[in-house]
Amino acid sequence: MISSIVFINHKGEILIYRVYKDDITRSETTQFCAKIVATKENKECPIINIDGTSFIHITIKDIVVLATTKVNVNVAMTLQFLYQLVKVCRAYFGGEFDENCIKKHFVLIYEILDEVMDYGVPQIADADLLKKYIQEGGLKPELMNDVEKLKQLTSQATGATSWRPPNLVYRKNEVYLDVIESVNVLMSVKGTILKADVAGSIQVKCLLSGMPECKFGMNDKLLMQREPRKPGQTTTDKGITIDDLKFHQCVKLPKFDKERAITFIPPDGQFELMTYRITENINLPFKIMPVYNELGKNKLEIRVKIKSIFEKNLFATNLAIKIPVPKNTANVNTNSAIGKAKHEPDQQGVIWRIKKYPGDFEALLRCEIDLGQTTNQQPWIKPPISMEFQVPMFTASGLRVRFLRIYEKAGYKPTKWIRYITKAGEYLHRL
Amino acid sequence: MSRPSASASTSSSSRSSRSRYGKEVKELQDALNQNKIESKRDAIRKIIDAMTRGKDVSMLFPDVAKNMETSNLELKKLVYLYIINYAKIMPDLAVMAVNSFRKDARDKTNPFLRALAIRTMGCIRVKLITEYLLDPLKESIKDEDSYVRKTAAICISKLYDVSPELIEEQGLLKLLENLLNDGNAMVVANAVCALLIVQESKGTTMLQLNPYTIQKILTAMNECNEWGVIYCLDALAMYIPEDGKEAEAILERVSPRLNHNNPGVVLSACKIMMKFLDYLQNPETIRQNALKMTAPLISLLSLGKEPEIQYVALKNINLIIQKRPIIIEKDIKVFFCNFNDPIYIKLQKLEVLSKLANNDNIQQILHELKEYTQEVDVEFVRKSVRTIGRCAIKLEKAAEKCVTALWECLKTKVNYVVMESIIVIRDIFRKYPRKYEMILKDLCENLKSLEDPEAKASMIWIIGEYVDTIENADSLLANFSENFKDEPANVQHQILVAVMKLFLQRPNDGKELIHNLLKTATIECENPDLRDRAYIYWRMLSTDPELAKKIVFTERPTISDSSYTIENELLDKLIENIGNLSSVYTKKPESFVKKLRDVLNSKIADKIDDVYDQDQLMEGKPEDYSDQQGGQSTVYENNYDTSSQIQSQIQQSQIQQVSQKIDLLELDDNQPQQQQQQQPQIQTQIQTQIPTQSIQNIRIPFAEVLTANTPGSQTQVQGLSIETAFQKNGDKIVLDLKITNKTQDKTFSDFGIKFNKNPFKLQPDTIEIQCQPVFPGQTQIAQSLINTNGPAFEEPPQMPYKIQVALKTNLDVFYFFIPMSLSVLFSSTASITQQKFIELSQAQNIARKQEVLQIQIDPQRMKERLERNYFFLIGVRKDERGVELLSYAASLVNGMPLLVNVIHTPTAINLQLQVPHPTLMPLLYQAIGFILTLN
Repeated sequence: MISSIVFINHKGEILIYRVYKDDITRSETTQFCAKIVATKENKECPIINIDGTSFIHITIKDIVVLATTKVNVNVAMTLQFLYQLVKVCRAYFGGEFDENCIKKHFVLIYEILDEVMDYGVPQIADADLLKKYIQEGGLKPELMNDVEKLKQLTSQATGATSWRPPNLVYRKNEVYLDVIESVNVLMSVKGTILKADVAGSIQVKCLLSGMPECKFGMNDKLLMQREPRKPGQTTTDKGITIDDLKFHQCVKLPKFDKERAITFIPPDGQFELMTYRITENINLPFKIMPVYNELGKNKLEIRVKIKSIFEKNLFATNLAIKIPVPKNTANVNTNSAIGKAKHEPDQQGVIWRIKKYPGDFEALLRCEIDLGQTTNQQPWIKPPISMEFQVPMFTASGLRVRFLRIYEKAGYKPTKWIRYITKAGEYLHRL
Repeated sequence: MSRPSASASTSSSSRSSRSRYGKEVKELQDALNQNKIESKRDAIRKIIDAMTRGKDVSMLFPDVAKNMETSNLELKKLVYLYIINYAKIMPDLAVMAVNSFRKDARDKTNPFLRALAIRTMGCIRVKLITEYLLDPLKESIKDEDSYVRKTAAICISKLYDVSPELIEEQGLLKLLENLLNDGNAMVVANAVCALLIVQESKGTTMLQLNPYTIQKILTAMNECNEWGVIYCLDALAMYIPEDGKEAEAILERVSPRLNHNNPGVVLSACKIMMKFLDYLQNPETIRQNALKMTAPLISLLSLGKEPEIQYVALKNINLIIQKRPIIIEKDIKVFFCNFNDPIYIKLQKLEVLSKLANNDNIQQILHELKEYTQEVDVEFVRKSVRTIGRCAIKLEKAAEKCVTALWECLKTKVNYVVMESIIVIRDIFRKYPRKYEMILKDLCENLKSLEDPEAKASMIWIIGEYVDTIENADSLLANFSENFKDEPANVQHQILVAVMKLFLQRPNDGKELIHNLLKTATIECENPDLRDRAYIYWRMLSTDPELAKKIVFTERPTISDSSYTIENELLDKLIENIGNLSSVYTKKPESFVKKLRDVLNSKIADKIDDVYDQDQLMEGKPEDYSDQQGGQSTVYENNYDTSSQIQSQIQQSQIQQVSQKIDLLELDDNQPQQQQQQQPQIQTQIQTQIPTQSIQNIRIPFAEVLTANTPGSQTQVQGLSIETAFQKNGDKIVLDLKITNKTQDKTFSDFGIKFNKNPFKLQPDTIEIQCQPVFPGQTQIAQSLINTNGPAFEEPPQMPYKIQVALKTNLDVFYFFIPMSLSVLFSSTASITQQKFIELSQAQNIARKQEVLQIQIDPQRMKERLERNYFFLIGVRKDERGVELLSYAASLVNGMPLLVNVIHTPTAINLQLQVPHPTLMPLLYQAIGFILTLN
């Protein structure tokens, strides 16, 4: 199992050091810090074995979160645990995770570390649950002596629905569903799609009383084929093919396996119900058409045309198209009818920003690039053009929520809100 | 407790800082002794902060520990954190903490407080106080609160690591096992986990997996949190299903977990599925179950997934597709590298791509690979070029396309791309001789930029190979020869060979060159290998140039892509470790986990002792080993004469062993021991006949491999005598050594052993041999574990099959040969199906031979002996006259299959041997001889 958990800053200094098994010495860890973290060698491989000790680590901005072990540990679990730990910390620190807040809250972090892992075995790492009994500055004394409350907490922590406390009451019962998709695409120089997929997630904010049983349905082809056709009804929507689904631990997996029905008792508040992946019939919202010309020894021209391929009444927002330029770029002249384009040397590219972009619309950017003298004879290795955008009320996969049924003893009728948004993931076009 | 102030006077320069440090300590002490909670808390915060930064604050132990009994939970937790850190170096003071733990563990109201005490006291790893903690621990196992019970389960495993005897004595392990029946799923999951931890330290089975416990675990899995699901799955993965039906039933319960969003759960589920699929018979069920894994595995690689997790997933996918390629056949696009992928992911993706390449998708893959060769990262580019080469060698039909791609690489003129391409093209030329001569011209244009010795050597080899086609080969080689003396050894070798080829093909152009070169190589070179080769060439040329031509241009063994595939035995072991570190390192767990090695070693030591005890009972002295072969028949007759009752008992126990064979092989080594306990009567009776070890394996007699009058290689020390034998111990190969010191005054110690490259890639697990120093006149016994992950050796084994080894001692290094028998190299896992054997027996290129073994042996005994030594009976046939023909299959550790047909007659055994390589024939014959005659 895991021997210790360590937080390290980018200089290789230890910020948090918690030992779970005493088969590891501090000097082994400091050696790792000095040799690997400080020299940035950790970028080369996340799992390293030095003299019989395995160092498993992740890097979050400038912070290295490290687990050490001397045994044949389940490394997939360990990595996921480290990410989960960071998530828990973020939940406590209002989304932040950096050296400052680690230093500021180190006592709390030690307390969390004591709870999330025991003898190197992950225990409870659910932020919402932990927040109920681990708080900065200690728990309130009233709670400490309330036998009933404490019992309720421990039974929730170890129970079958550890994610939801009992006896919740909301005056107004509401559910918010956000379908968020990121489109990843890689297009060749000629514009053929080399690969494309959609990574989607369904975020739920649940403000419901009691212990509601929910059933969620979408236009999943496999599910719709199973449903009996209602007489007289002819639907053209055959549904979409979903490659793979991953669920929050509240979803009853055996039931999904048998009936492909998504049923669950939701946690209270915000959570990610599921993530999914789609590779077939993707509606790409944008087409990129670049033209690259060398106009002489020290001059380049790049023209980029983009075209939106979605309905006219929809709008994309916050477009940013990054056109890479060589390192020795001296000056760039840009020319476009819409948005602003600027050479940003620290990004090594021209960034073309457009606030709002209508559907079914074309725009063109022309960049003239003057190159400076360089001693480097190697030809310029052209990175791909990348693009950022958001398209509200549009799903690249075509996914639609069909129903969300909620059954609760009290029989209330909750209000449901649904939003869709598609974002660019890695939206790349080779140049 | 005034350590810092006492040491403050050591040097004047650091006095001020030290005294400031001392002052700080004093202030902290004062703060801790105040009554105000806030000042105490601040002080402890400062202390913990110092501790984190690695400062020694242990001198504050008594002051901190005083505050344990506070009612403020936050303060208490901080104090506990401090105590955990320093208890081990201050065991006397740690005792102070006991009372507080005992009190907290019995707190009536707050289960969190009880659990905290139980959790923390287990971390105080001081033997002295374990005893005091047992009572509260026992109570906590029965606590009404599941949160306390789940903490208690883990605590037992903690204390077991401190004082195993005490925990066992007090029956705590039994209590832990009972927790498997707990009504709370998380308690069950933690109990499973704790049992596995104890199991690893103890080295014997703690978690008894049977249909009953399996049901318990499966039920718990449905209700516990994601981490609990992982322990449950990892425990299930160790289970060996009774039959295909049971395997299928478990798979049905496990496969829904593939949709979990925790990658640990997904990979652990894959681990079970991959393992259990081997137990299913129906190909359609296997296919369906296998395909269930496809989408979940690919999802682990989707963009936005954490790169570290993608890395682990890629490593595992690489194993999974080698075992069952069907799982990922079509989805090659996800393995295309993204521009922003970290380098460690890109390299792994290339690895997978080269495995997935086939004639249908090669065009698409090549297109990508070419794209990668233009990127910036040198390592990635080189590996991309190498991957193109691998595809060419793997896919004959696509080779031309790959060569074209490499040709383009050559034309880029980017230095490292060109060098890597040349290395790769050399391999392609070896695989497809004389096929792609069109690129020679472009190759020869890149001679200037070859900095990398391997690239240079490859280029020279290519020139040598095509001396007849490359017109200016003589001048090119002359250029290379100019700096001959300054080149590294591999380049020198290639120059020599290439010039030799030049001379043999074009005597007039190469005459002068070879003459000068041979002269330089024989007179001026220090490298013995090179010198020897030059001498041999010289002699060959002066005796028979025609023959020399034949030898130099001899047909070479073909190369294949298989050097990148993992051997079956290792692969199966790695499949059992999907998701674990082992799968990422591509190594067996014991090769990087010291604890596992220690447990294994101690078991082996026990076994050796056993063997010796037995031998002494039987023969009197252990030295009689070498005579055993001669004395064999007598031992034999004894067996013949034994009463039929014992005979039948032996058979009975054999049958049981056979029926449990799979368990024996798959579970850990203690299984035979348990069996012994189950059938004590039979065992004791057999033991008088056969030494314990030979219940499983035969013992090869020791051979004297180093005589006392052989001097060492460096200081010429004499007087060390060594007898050795390779043995099979369970499914492990071991080397037994008997080291005798025949000197009068020297002591040998610090033994280490290394093998020369050999067929089957044998090498010792560790160089060091665990052995006491050997004093004058003494003999010591030692053992070295052998694995088959050593460097490859191209030649097949020859009779007599010997392995060259170097033995290091404190005084000198000794070189000698150890005879090896195939009998220790039979694989214990019958990975070869009957189907494959039928194919094999009908194959054309296989070597067949009839042999007769002149021994008399009872037919039943013969069968037992063959089966015990991993010959698997695959068929029995009778001819018209009623003569029985038994077909046995075996496979060697490298997966090479062997087939033996046996006809038993009262006076001899007729054998028909079928092996893939003719040189194996005498070795197999010898091995069967050993198996049937040796004990």
